[in-house]
Amino acid sequence: MSRQALDAFAAGIESEVLEAIEIGARSGVDKRLATLTEDYADADALRRLAGQVRQHTLDHLDEYLASAEERLTSHGAQVHFAASPDRALEMILDIVRASGTRVITKSKSMASEELDLTRRLTEEGFEPVETDLGEFVVQLDGDRPSHIVKPIIHKNRRDVARSFERCGLGDYDDDPETITRRARAYMRDKFLDARVTMTGANFISAESGRVAVVTNEGNARFGLAAADVHIVLAGIDKVIPRDRDLALLLSLLIRSATGQRITSYVELVAGPRLADRPSGPREMHVIFLDANRSSVVGSDMAPILRCIRCGACMNACPVYRLSSGHAYRGVYPGPMGAVLGPLLAGNEGFAAVADLARASTFCGACRDVCPVDIPIPDLLARLRARSVREGVILARAGVPSMAGYLLLARHPRLWRLAMGLGRVLDWLPLRRLPLASIRAWFDSRTLPRWRGAQFRKDVKRGRREQEDG
Amino acid sequence: MVPNREPVTGRRVQFMISCLCDAFFDDAARAAMDCLERAGCAVTCPSDQTCCGQPAYTSGDWDAYRQVVRHVAHVFHGDEPIVVASGSCATAMFHEAPIAFEGQADLPEIRRLASRTWELTDFLVNGLGVRAWSGRLPARIAVHDGCHTRGTPTIRAVRALLGGIDGLEVLAFPDQDQCCGFGGVFSISHPHISAAMGRQKVDNVRSVSPDFVVSADLSCLMHQQGIAGRQNREYPVRYVAQVLRDAAGGPA
Repeated sequence: MSRQALDAFAAGIESEVLEAIEIGARSGVDKRLATLTEDYADADALRRLAGQVRQHTLDHLDEYLASAEERLTSHGAQVHFAASPDRALEMILDIVRASGTRVITKSKSMASEELDLTRRLTEEGFEPVETDLGEFVVQLDGDRPSHIVKPIIHKNRRDVARSFERCGLGDYDDDPETITRRARAYMRDKFLDARVTMTGANFISAESGRVAVVTNEGNARFGLAAADVHIVLAGIDKVIPRDRDLALLLSLLIRSATGQRITSYVELVAGPRLADRPSGPREMHVIFLDANRSSVVGSDMAPILRCIRCGACMNACPVYRLSSGHAYRGVYPGPMGAVLGPLLAGNEGFAAVADLARASTFCGACRDVCPVDIPIPDLLARLRARSVREGVILARAGVPSMAGYLLLARHPRLWRLAMGLGRVLDWLPLRRLPLASIRAWFDSRTLPRWRGAQFRKDVKRGRREQEDG
Repeated sequence: MVPNREPVTGRRVQFMISCLCDAFFDDAARAAMDCLERAGCAVTCPSDQTCCGQPAYTSGDWDAYRQVVRHVAHVFHGDEPIVVASGSCATAMFHEAPIAFEGQADLPEIRRLASRTWELTDFLVNGLGVRAWSGRLPARIAVHDGCHTRGTPTIRAVRALLGGIDGLEVLAFPDQDQCCGFGGVFSISHPHISAAMGRQKVDNVRSVSPDFVVSADLSCLMHQQGIAGRQNREYPVRYVAQVLRDAAGGPA
């Protein structure tokens, strides 16, 4: 293969899709910047602080997880640990079967995508309903989210109107308010039918066991109000030390994700209904999903687990914007996904997605916007080195060998000789050479005229003149 | 991004040409040497130098990379600052080399190499304390910040130096911060995306019709000029030191 799979995918995307992504991502970038600079004198200092809080948590994850489990249990919640997505799915199936429900409402959760949950629950005869509007459209279309905050960033409202029409939710109408009203009317009955509701968790406090869930549509709250059983599915990396850390982390998460100061709804759930806590589901389960996260904790890749899933890195990434989230072939797209995806795939799955680490110019736009200060380009570089070390073939596509370069770079005489000989490049029909890597350059670019070793000659002459004079 | 550095006391510096100046942009290297000399430096230019190794770092072949960096450390031995005519190479040496040497016995030596390495304008401003550059050059220019200099003092240093030149007008242009898509090996492994990013950059720069584009990174300029060249469009570029030299001034 002469180039990377992601590049080939990008070359085939329709312009309408690219336009939708560009608009969505750009508005994310602009809103984020506006709120952060308006609200904080030194937003960078806050990003660094948040990065330290998250890294500290990871460095003591065992203790904080144990504390969160203890607090949740003492509040009457049941806490489970799932080593793999399949194990988490079994746990969820056990809980929903025991509840006797058919309908399950569900708010947005990227961890649930790791389980392919909606599809799997449907296969098992249940009726899961995605209640986040974007995820609802994904479900209608049998599609996959292409962004972790804006799952249908790749669609425009005409696409959505067509989906609604196709699924019997009314005649074609691409007015956003009409679309929203129709979804609302459809979901209302589902909320009332569902005895189980599922949420993810944006954060779980080790101090109190409080689970924080942010939404703009109130769908998580409606689910919690109507159901008997609440299942929280969360990565083990979602724990934070104290409730007060929410002030910092929610402030940065929401500003970075949507440019809002706060989302319309922030749920804080510490346990099921009890005598002194008279509302909410009577049963609460918290499933902590590992799925290879614990193998990343304590490694040189650990900083990626600081991620709080704001999506700012993909909004800012020119490669993401020109290739779409689907080009990343997994749950997590964009720069954070290019790091997290290959790691969550584990040792067995690494080779199949290791090439994602090459989907970056190392421009650092992602690092500059990351609310928890993750050095994403450095992590991508480490993954590239690992893929070379492990001889991953897919990751090698289109990447020239360094053998010739190394020979020259280590032998100054050869290097100087090559600098002189390079002049032939000016005369060769480079565009017609059957060498993929050379063609990749010359198909869309020219090269300046060769001036190899001219400067060295000057330096030498200058030195001679100095000695003579 | 930048390692802690000892204050610069002497005026002796070692000059790193960078492979692109070596191969294509000899006048840029000449201009860089010229600026250093105008700032009072005694410049040596080790003849056994080759490349900083960055292509091997980005390609992921860190065995090869470490061998090249060891050659760099060998050629540029001593205590003097190493000044590089490229923001990208400088960042590779002071930020990336220590990452690739984690766990290696010679990491301390590479860290010392890192802490001696400077990008040219960063060295002039923060190493030598040059506040501004005098001179005159009537031109309307666009300044492109190489992405590898994000988070380094180079971004400000370039503007500080250019700011003192009479007649020079720096134009703002759309999406100024966006990468031009070069990325070294990326331009080969992802030719479609790289070229698309390059065309966006060229369009954005050309939309304000500058007399030329200035950068502390010739790799970006080479890429952009190459993209424009394939489209048969004019795209004059200057390395930042060429502007400083042509303004015919010096440290103000």
